[in-house]
Amino acid sequence: MSYFDLADRPLRELNAALHALPVDTNDTHWNVENPAGRHAIACGLTVPITVDLKGHVGYYCAGMNKDADVTIRGNAGVGVAENMMSGRVTVKGDASQSAGASGRGGLLVIEGNAAARCGISMKGIDIVVKGSVGPMSAFMAQKGNLVVFGDAGEALGDSLYEARLFVRGTVASLGADCVETTMGDDDRAALAAVLDEAGLADPGDFRLYASARSLYHFKVDNLDAY
Amino acid sequence: MCGIVGLFAKSPSLEAHVGALTAQMLAVMGDRGPDSAGFAVYGADTGRLKLTLRSPDAAARDGALAALAARFGEVRPVRRDTHIVVSVPERDEIAARALLAESGVAVVGAGRRMELYKEVGRPEAVAAAFDLPAMAGTHAVGHTRMATESAVTTRGAHPFSTGPDQCLVHNGSLSNHNGVRRMLVREGIAFETENDSEVAAGYLTFRMREGASLEEALTAALADLDGFYTFLVGTRTGFAVLRDPIACKPAVMAETDDYVAFGSEFRALAGLPGIEDAHLFEPEPGRVYAWERPE
Amino acid sequence: MTHRTLPRFSATFDPHTISEIQRAAATGIYDIRGGGAKRRVPHFDDLLFLGASVSRYPLEGYRERCGTDVVLGTRFAREPVRLKIPVTVAGMSFGSLSAQAKEALGRGASAMGTSTTTGDGGMTEEERGHSTTLVYQLLPSRYGMSPDDLRRADAIEVVVGQGAKPGGGGMLLGQKINERVAEMRDLPEGIDQRSACRHPDWTGPDDLEIKIEELREITDWRIPIYVKVGASRPYYDVALAVKSGADVVVLDGMQGGTAATQEVFIEHVGIPTLAAIRPAVKALEDLGMHRKVQLVVSGGIRSGADVAKALALGADAVSIGTAALIALGDNDPALEEEYRALGTTAGAYDDWHEGNDPAGITTQRPELASRLDPVLAGRRLANYLGVLTLEAQTIARACGKSHVHNLEPEDLVALTIEAAAMAGVPLAGTDWIPGRGL
Repeated sequence: MSYFDLADRPLRELNAALHALPVDTNDTHWNVENPAGRHAIACGLTVPITVDLKGHVGYYCAGMNKDADVTIRGNAGVGVAENMMSGRVTVKGDASQSAGASGRGGLLVIEGNAAARCGISMKGIDIVVKGSVGPMSAFMAQKGNLVVFGDAGEALGDSLYEARLFVRGTVASLGADCVETTMGDDDRAALAAVLDEAGLADPGDFRLYASARSLYHFKVDNLDAY
Repeated sequence: MCGIVGLFAKSPSLEAHVGALTAQMLAVMGDRGPDSAGFAVYGADTGRLKLTLRSPDAAARDGALAALAARFGEVRPVRRDTHIVVSVPERDEIAARALLAESGVAVVGAGRRMELYKEVGRPEAVAAAFDLPAMAGTHAVGHTRMATESAVTTRGAHPFSTGPDQCLVHNGSLSNHNGVRRMLVREGIAFETENDSEVAAGYLTFRMREGASLEEALTAALADLDGFYTFLVGTRTGFAVLRDPIACKPAVMAETDDYVAFGSEFRALAGLPGIEDAHLFEPEPGRVYAWERPE
Repeated sequence: MTHRTLPRFSATFDPHTISEIQRAAATGIYDIRGGGAKRRVPHFDDLLFLGASVSRYPLEGYRERCGTDVVLGTRFAREPVRLKIPVTVAGMSFGSLSAQAKEALGRGASAMGTSTTTGDGGMTEEERGHSTTLVYQLLPSRYGMSPDDLRRADAIEVVVGQGAKPGGGGMLLGQKINERVAEMRDLPEGIDQRSACRHPDWTGPDDLEIKIEELREITDWRIPIYVKVGASRPYYDVALAVKSGADVVVLDGMQGGTAATQEVFIEHVGIPTLAAIRPAVKALEDLGMHRKVQLVVSGGIRSGADVAKALALGADAVSIGTAALIALGDNDPALEEEYRALGTTAGAYDDWHEGNDPAGITTQRPELASRLDPVLAGRRLANYLGVLTLEAQTIARACGKSHVHNLEPEDLVALTIEAAAMAGVPLAGTDWIPGRGL
């Protein structure tokens, strides 16, 4: 187990050390003290290690993560796990806006709430939010699953492509081309798989929101939606 | 484009530390705004009107003080670097401003409680030059600026004050400020700079002059000001936050029994007492958050 | 015989305008096309060089050395980009272009020692494999964005905007989203693609600074980071890119091409390349960063004269897009019959988004794309890049310069008052720079 105290040593040193680890490293668990809201902590990781961040972090924590398992024991700033490829990122507190933005794979679990634009432009990532998500979440979401135990803010799923949005609480409003739809077997299986991966029991009562696909091909009568 | 911070003391025990905590928050936001910094602190009400004067020219500052003293007697000057805070009877405001206009110093803020300081340079240096850490008050707002389209000058630094005890700091960029400015000029609001943020300050002054509360003025701003913004506003007794309905610019708030704090990023709040147990939240887009204290 | 005047067309409602009104009324959608601005705007043609004679001495062509090399990204990167010529190939996506065209661009540019740039759609093996120096774009859509590709790029270009549409996203109609493009972009096949105009996780220079820090951390501060802006308020945008930590600023004027956007955007938003350079250079000078943060200019570069003029106005390099496609074989008169069948003519074909390009360049249809031989097309591009460089050198030598970077605004005069004002050089034969007094 390695310790790194960001109060004493610079961030560049931490990230460089994490990037230098070979794929078969034995140095598989890192504890990082005093993140104090610094940006770009543990971004661009490429190997299956666990990184435990003991406190709040700033922008782009665990950005573009591959294979690593990063836990933030606090709140996360803008764009946590942005463009994540694989692996897992867990936020014990709340996440700021654009959590999981354009993520292409892996699992992001936010145990608190996520602010605006959670899952914006998501491209295959699975995101589980145990609290609520802010407005414009899953804007232009292309692929993957967003599972929200609490409520969703205004304009959920605006301009949605093929991502699935499961929300248990209320939805303030739906964005253009996002509709509530009935869950099929595929959808149920996808939800079960995401919850299983996240290690969470299904409390039931999720509702599914998906693309009406009416903006997939330009029609003049849809002008209001553009 | 900037970093903004603010602190509103709910408990009197915090008031002695408001300056020190604000200074620390400002310094952390230096990366977001390295060009200039400024802050307003709401101190004790002495029953007189405090005017914060600014001039880079020491002789001009001395001349202004002499002229004020000759006219109004003791004006209780407090000198801090390029700024001097004086106080005059409230009824003498117009006469005092006329005198000062002749002496070539700028009045950057006026009010019974507000003192306002701003200068070009790194935020930590600006805070130190004015001895912010030693200031006490009920609330304070601060700003670190990365200039976008307006010049890097002290006049272009935030906070902007366009009315008594009123000030505003802004992160973002307005897209219709020229038209709004023209409307406000017709309504008699005076502007010192070409800065979009000063238009926002002037807009709130105008609404409050017309009888709106701070909360009502900000609600009206949602309809009339276009573009991207996070505003943090101070008045004699109030402290308020508003983000535009799209809310691209970051904002984090912390609330405890002792205070309400605002930061562009969590880093700014990380050193506040009791932050571990504070209620942390991000203000919702298009929603006015306002706190008031008794006079 | 009756006396009648000839039919008279309106200057306001000219035949093109009338056809556009008719088209809009029939379809209900704005015109979408590729290419850059087609209207005439003040351009490099309106500038002339002052060759040496008695007061200054020229260099001997072909014998006396005139350097053309350029280093981009000297500010923070451990490994800046080193190019042999001051002409680079601009970002054009796989998706908008065929794989063959991307390969040809890589071959041509690499042969001449310069770089190519990815585009809105990720990095392909064809492109990485055939480009010695490859710039990887980070765009609002983030299609195909991958940390592995970031690390195998030679530079990263954060795209804020492009000259054809500063402030705009885009809409790529469904015809070009074939299986491979759809897979790379994580989109369903055959649907219209709506591109965002803002990045999903940052807005403004204060956040851009943090985004750049993240990209540097991910790449361990090895490669340069460019910021690309469309020309509209270049003084502020360049200054803010520098403050945000960019190594290189790419400035794209309104003549810059695009795969697909609204014609109203292409023709009415943004400013000409000529008008954008001096404010950009002034911003760099005011910050003490001219030649430290390099400036790459694009938008309507066609000849070595254009290259030399852009450098003289203060650019460190230029970038070509439309001209590179023409060099590959776009709008070839030999294909006239096929252009006619598409309702256009060689030299005017700009419906690049429709995917029917008979030259096999702006298409994803296999039977069309396979017409383009990447080796031959790459050779044509290399030839063209060579000519641009020789021409720029010829002019630089005539002005007595042993390196193209030593060209200065003072080597230029303008033919028109507009160009003189925009470029900040005197009207030919006078010492008058409009807007700067006498």
